[in-house]
Amino acid sequence: MSDDAIRWMKYSSPRNFYFLAGRLVPWFGWAAVLFAAIGLYIGFFVAPADYQQGDSYRIMFIHVPAAWMSMFLYLLLAGYALINVVWRIKMADVMARSLAPTGAMFTFLALWTGALWGKPTWGTYWVWDARLTSELILLFLYLGYIGLHNAIDDRERAARAASLLAMVGAVNVPIIYFSVQWWNTLHQGASITVTGAPTMAWSMFSALIAMALASWMYSIAVVLIRAQAETLKRERFAAWVSEVVGDDGSPTTSRIRN
Amino acid sequence: MKPRHKRLAFIAAALTGLVVAIALVLNAFQDNLVFFFTPSEVLAREAPLDRTFRIGGMVQEGSVRRDPKSIRVHFVVTDGVAHLPVFYDGILPDLFREGQGVVAQGTLAGDGIFRASTVLAKHDENYMPPEAAEAMMRARQNLSPEALVSDTGPAAGDYR
Repeated sequence: MSDDAIRWMKYSSPRNFYFLAGRLVPWFGWAAVLFAAIGLYIGFFVAPADYQQGDSYRIMFIHVPAAWMSMFLYLLLAGYALINVVWRIKMADVMARSLAPTGAMFTFLALWTGALWGKPTWGTYWVWDARLTSELILLFLYLGYIGLHNAIDDRERAARAASLLAMVGAVNVPIIYFSVQWWNTLHQGASITVTGAPTMAWSMFSALIAMALASWMYSIAVVLIRAQAETLKRERFAAWVSEVVGDDGSPTTSRIRN
Repeated sequence: MKPRHKRLAFIAAALTGLVVAIALVLNAFQDNLVFFFTPSEVLAREAPLDRTFRIGGMVQEGSVRRDPKSIRVHFVVTDGVAHLPVFYDGILPDLFREGQGVVAQGTLAGDGIFRASTVLAKHDENYMPPEAAEAMMRARQNLSPEALVSDTGPAAGDYR
């Protein structure tokens, strides 16, 4: 194993992860606030109204980043699940478990804002087309993962069962993404693709990108905080944890910040 | 083979099998996953004509005729190739426009007119400020009639 690999492996040790995450969280948290402020300002005050939808299209500044994150976080969750099952790295399960609530929240947000946008635009809150249905299935997959992980008392068995569910569910993500190309759906196709120019005005596009970056930074910050808490819980008998938390069980904040 | 290679091989095999199974299922249910049929498909009798189904396409320019005394409305849905007349007695969504996408649910009567029970507006993926849309309209009006025939427009291509 090369020196580089060893240097990176050290972050899969719970103790090193805990302190590194503690240092990173404020940076990502403040970056999230900054990008959200920029995105919301451009989205509400700079970007013009749409020629057809008027102002209701501005819902997409929340809806589109939320939908992206819901799919991306699920792939990440499935990736960590794979690492946990194959290489038995316990921190991978900590990361997967910490990702799930944030992914579920973004999925719910995408469905909810989509419904609010659908009513004025399409004339209905909900239709059972391929895009909307597969996104709803994604929400159930997240909830199923969280539920399964909590339902089994033995942590190793719980992690393995939930990881298998997460990996199987990953099949749904390409179905969500390509549903608008594979089938006739009420939902429109993608406005922004990796290839090809975005089919929207530049100011709208920049607000969307700023909001997407804000969602990324927010996700990294809260997932790291959740993973820190999960690490403390799992390592509660380790010596370094009693140093951090103190003997009476209350966190000694001065030590957490070191 | 190390245990972790065994596990990796097992997961790879299981996931490959699953993907194949789901691809076969989705392929088998192809017709049921379609949210709407295009007028071409309806005229080719590919739609379930004996029960309620949805049609989708563009509202043909100049085809909307409203009954002045009621909310009844007639319009033609087109996919650029085939045209289907639609009758609807109900409230249209705000974004219902000529030249814009629409999805209607209903049945095809014997007289060839689609009687809609629900009409939804289908939005395309283009967002632009009103000034840009106006400029595009002006540019399009300046085109010669020959150029208009070949011009399918960005939105018309969505209705395959």
